[in-house]
Amino acid sequence: MSLRTFTVLASTLTLLGAAAPALADVSLLNVSYDPTRELYQDFNTAFAKYWKAKTGEAVSVKQSHGGSGKQARAVIDGLEADVVTLALGYDVDALNTEAKLIPPNWQKRLPNNASPYTSTIVFLVRKGNPKGIHDWNDLIKPGVDVVTPNPKTSGGARWNYLAAWGYALKQPGGNDAKARDFVKKVYQHVKVLDSGARGATVTFTQRGIGDVLLAWENEAYLSTKELGPDKFDIVTPSVSILAEPPVSVVDKVVDKHGTRKVAEAYLQYLYSPEGQELAAQNYYRPRDARIAAKYASQFSKVKLFTIDQVFGGWSKAQKTHFADGGVFDQIQAR
Amino acid sequence: MSATVSNLYAQHDRAALLESRQATRENPWVKAGILVAALGFFAVFLLLPLAVVFVEALAKGWGTYLEALTEPDARSAIWLTLSAAAISVPLNLVFGVAAAWAITRFEFRGKQLLITLIDLPFSVSPVVAGLVYVLVFSNHGWFGPWLSEHDIKIIFAIPGIVLATVFVTVPFIARELIPLMQAQGREEEEAAVVLGARGWQVFWHVTLPNIRWALLYGVILSNARAMGEFGAVSVVSGHIRGETNTLPLHVEILYNEYNFAAAFAVARCWPCWRS
Repeated sequence: MSLRTFTVLASTLTLLGAAAPALADVSLLNVSYDPTRELYQDFNTAFAKYWKAKTGEAVSVKQSHGGSGKQARAVIDGLEADVVTLALGYDVDALNTEAKLIPPNWQKRLPNNASPYTSTIVFLVRKGNPKGIHDWNDLIKPGVDVVTPNPKTSGGARWNYLAAWGYALKQPGGNDAKARDFVKKVYQHVKVLDSGARGATVTFTQRGIGDVLLAWENEAYLSTKELGPDKFDIVTPSVSILAEPPVSVVDKVVDKHGTRKVAEAYLQYLYSPEGQELAAQNYYRPRDARIAAKYASQFSKVKLFTIDQVFGGWSKAQKTHFADGGVFDQIQAR
Repeated sequence: MSATVSNLYAQHDRAALLESRQATRENPWVKAGILVAALGFFAVFLLLPLAVVFVEALAKGWGTYLEALTEPDARSAIWLTLSAAAISVPLNLVFGVAAAWAITRFEFRGKQLLITLIDLPFSVSPVVAGLVYVLVFSNHGWFGPWLSEHDIKIIFAIPGIVLATVFVTVPFIARELIPLMQAQGREEEEAAVVLGARGWQVFWHVTLPNIRWALLYGVILSNARAMGEFGAVSVVSGHIRGETNTLPLHVEILYNEYNFAAAFAVARCWPCWRS
């Protein structure tokens, strides 16, 4: 490297350093799962405005996204998240069981099982639905390729799996053995197991692999909006699962950073009419009845069951289905 | 890999010589076939993807292109990537020259071990390299509790990214220098010493001029890798936007956000800094 290029490089570095964003009074780190990027981009701006008006303090919220299980792992390993907004209760629970970062009763600290918004699992198919996919049992028709992420690492994929299982259980004469058989057949139609929901969406929409993507409802709406409604159709199955992505303050981290007050306000703001409205605009089903009514036409009607009703809660479902040697491992072994 | 410039010229002369003689001249069809195969390969596997990157980057016009590069998260990613390279390349430069010098000029016990250790980052998958740092520095790792008590952040922060980058780029410079220094032998340096040169004088006036092209090539390679590393950095980064996202991670995020033009714009700008 000549002296001149070195000078140029050094001055570029200095310029970029000077251009780095000014520090806010407080900053929070929200560690979240894959499809919430757009939601929290909008929400963080709204919250910063609200908090500035209320307290005069400038708050900047940093975001980190990835597969839900992977993100929980990173927080346990030391990623200093002030709040976590993950895809399922089990991953937040791990912060308690694995590292004592939060108390065991975390899910009781906020309304609605600490889930400010809900979603469900739907199908995204290619325009005109060439393979005629209308319900879960169409997934196992010959010649249908299914795209879904890996339930070991992705929260959304676990909801997909449980939704398929629940569907099979609810069919006339359905039982655990039949459900297992059905889910096994579904996974025999899966060609690619991405590690996160967004990766699976890109595989389906951009790389053009597969006939049907099992997706978060919000993810399905977002990708049709972003990539053109002329390319994909959304198919809502007859029955699906009520997915409740929970949120929590990470007690150990906020106490260390001294950010408990603003972190708690951040999560409570998700339940406010403004927060609920933003959730609905990003295609999450709001909890607030008034906002839900306003956006009712946006979501199709579908019979929803909860994980508590069918599987007896997350820790049980996790242990039976997704733990090492669990049902998912057994049906994957061929 | 360490074809030095003079070496290439020698090969060129030799090829011209072989061509000029009837007996050693290759059948023109074979020659044309090999040329077409080689150039075709480069066109399809190197030039075409590059062309796609350029086309996609400008797909939504210059405005979007510039916006993608000046937006705060992109600036922070550029800054972080440049700093990681600015720290790890000089470190590797010092280490690589020292290691190559030691290996080619001295006999000592454990020399084979040192050579193997230099190659280690090549043989370990980058993801594993990242995980090693997580195991050592995470809250449940060896030093995690102590670090956390003293409020020192290594992984999921900039030091972790620099460590991972240094790890994956360690071999480049030493690997370029060792074969060259072995081939050159130590005669010139011995002569310098006999003529009264001191240690540093020998290094500046004899060794360095001899190895400068290989050294430069090693720096370029290790810089390119430092800026391009994805796997190891992805494991230790924590993916905090505007803070611990390097350029390759930023490109992936943009791509995953359906922001294809921006992803390719950022992807396109970074070969320019590499050279």
